[in-house]
Amino acid sequence: MKILVALKRVPDYSVPARITPDGSDIEANKIAINPFDEIAVEAALRLSTPQRPAEIVVVSIGNLASQEVLRHALAMGADRAIRVETENSLEPLDVAKVLKAVAGWEQPDLWLLGKQAVGADAGQTGQMLAGLLGIGQATFVSALEWQGNELIARREVEGGTETLALKLPALVTTDLQLNTPRYIKLPNLIAAKRKPIETLTLAELGITPRQRIQRIKLENAPARTAGIKVSSVPELLEKLRTDAKVLS
Amino acid sequence: MTVLVWAEHNGISLKKSTRQTISAAQAWNEPVHVLVVGHQVSAVAQDAATLAGVAEVIQVDAPHLAHVLAEDLAACLVEIGKDYQVILANHAPYARNALARAAALLDVGMVSDVIHIEAPAIYTHPVFAGSILETVVNTDAIQILTVRGSAFSETAPAPVAHKITERNAPKPQGLSRWIREDVHASDRPELTSARVVVAGGRALGEQFNTLLQPLAGKLGAAIGASRSAVDAGLAANDIQVGQTGIVIAPDLYIAIGISGAIQHVAGIKDSKVIVAINNDPDAPIFQIADYGLVGDLFTLVPELVAGITGATSH
Ligand SMILES: Cc1cc2nc3c(=O)[nH]c(=O)nc-3n(C[C@H](O)[C@H](O)[C@H](O)COP(=O)(O)OP(=O)(O)OC[C@H]3O[C@@H](n4cnc5c(N)ncnc54)[C@H](O)[C@@H]3O)c2cc1C
Repeated sequence: MKILVALKRVPDYSVPARITPDGSDIEANKIAINPFDEIAVEAALRLSTPQRPAEIVVVSIGNLASQEVLRHALAMGADRAIRVETENSLEPLDVAKVLKAVAGWEQPDLWLLGKQAVGADAGQTGQMLAGLLGIGQATFVSALEWQGNELIARREVEGGTETLALKLPALVTTDLQLNTPRYIKLPNLIAAKRKPIETLTLAELGITPRQRIQRIKLENAPARTAGIKVSSVPELLEKLRTDAKVLS
Repeated sequence: MTVLVWAEHNGISLKKSTRQTISAAQAWNEPVHVLVVGHQVSAVAQDAATLAGVAEVIQVDAPHLAHVLAEDLAACLVEIGKDYQVILANHAPYARNALARAAALLDVGMVSDVIHIEAPAIYTHPVFAGSILETVVNTDAIQILTVRGSAFSETAPAPVAHKITERNAPKPQGLSRWIREDVHASDRPELTSARVVVAGGRALGEQFNTLLQPLAGKLGAAIGASRSAVDAGLAANDIQVGQTGIVIAPDLYIAIGISGAIQHVAGIKDSKVIVAINNDPDAPIFQIADYGLVGDLFTLVPELVAGITGATSH
């Protein structure tokens, strides 16, 4: 059994994003592993059991700095890593095409991805990859377990959940609810330095990225301003009735 | 050139968010077709056929579409959508699940969570938890997008019914199997379309429901929760409001014992009126609230319940 987990390097969500002075880009903040992807790594580790041992391979697309997130996943317990070299940030469809090409080499039984990446928040890559590979998908998954040869996935949908069974090969994208990623212990961090990171180029994978969606402008979302403080419940109700007119 | 809207429905009628999506689809000034996929969904097709701004309804009805799987819905979208120039749906779990798959199969990109259509192919959508708005142009031949329903008005009923065309479903893909759904039955309005939402944070503890239900009952409100409240097991995951939960824009949002983290605010900042109740006068939620009440929620919420006499106005 082989599980592939795709990882993205994203701005740290705890640092507010800022538009660059020339308005063309968003300032690169402190960079971290996408929190949803970290959950995907943890899910892969938990799906690997003595009865069903899995080799866990993590993949990231990016420049040398992406090694950091790969090392993070290796320290969590992934077996080896692949970095697909590029200086550019690829659109979800191209990411899916790159990962499909990696699947051609690696032949995984299962793909795990975060349901979305912090920042772009698009939430497309997993579904696109599953489509290109022609395999089953379960997205926004908050519970995952083996049952015989099937993977049972509980998905978060509006107003509740939906449970699906997936035949392998399959692809799952992870919700924040799925698990709490383990803390990395120092010895594991050191051991991770010895685990292999293989580097591939887009050319080797036969992919020529194409920008389909072009940015025209960035602007700060209109900020809400602080209103007033009221001193009592009767005053609040009065304001809601007569000023805001949302109560009768 | 025609525009295709995938309709989300409950087996009887369209969701409000789909009626809003149909409004968004008018931006192209081209005929809009509504795609209704499911099993025994004639009533839904009828409902769609009597809405303004709809030129035609396409009904795809088959037993295996009763609980539609992403693979099957994507196959429908590819089979039918390939003759369209624009395919859109409301930005909600089922559409997000299937549209991106269909986009890849059609070899085109996709723009998610559009809040404004400036011109055909030019869209504005929030990024970075809604703190930044990005405007993009999509250069692909088929435009695929999800829109944030609440950013668009609802389309009105039409005086005459439009044509309904039945199309065959592509054969079942058989890659995954639907087992069950656990939808929380509730007589409350749906969180995504409720006019009033009361939401609680971790601070409510064991009293989450006993405090909020009477208030929601009096206001005819839906109940929401912060992620911390969900993580603490006080509320179900599907009522989490925020960047990674549900994005809402009610007329009135009441945040109770919620600190106002940026990820939470991303889900509520388009509300018309925000009320915050918090015992910390410096809680960030007060920076965005129209009306703030500093104090202990355990005494203020019952007071509020007692003080509300009439219903919410329209
Ligand atoms: C990637 C990512 C995505 C996230 N997505 C979301 C999301 O979608 N939605 C979301 O909500 N969060 C999200 N979060 C979490 C978010 O950052 C906050 O941690 C969370 O919103 C805090 O919830 P809270 O306000 O209930 O809890 P806290 O931050 O602990 O705040 C509790 C508040 O209650 C007040 N309080 C305590 N006791 C009382 C009392 N007796 N009376 C009155 N007030 C009282 C306190 O003053 C405090 O302000 C996300 C985080 C990450 C990392």
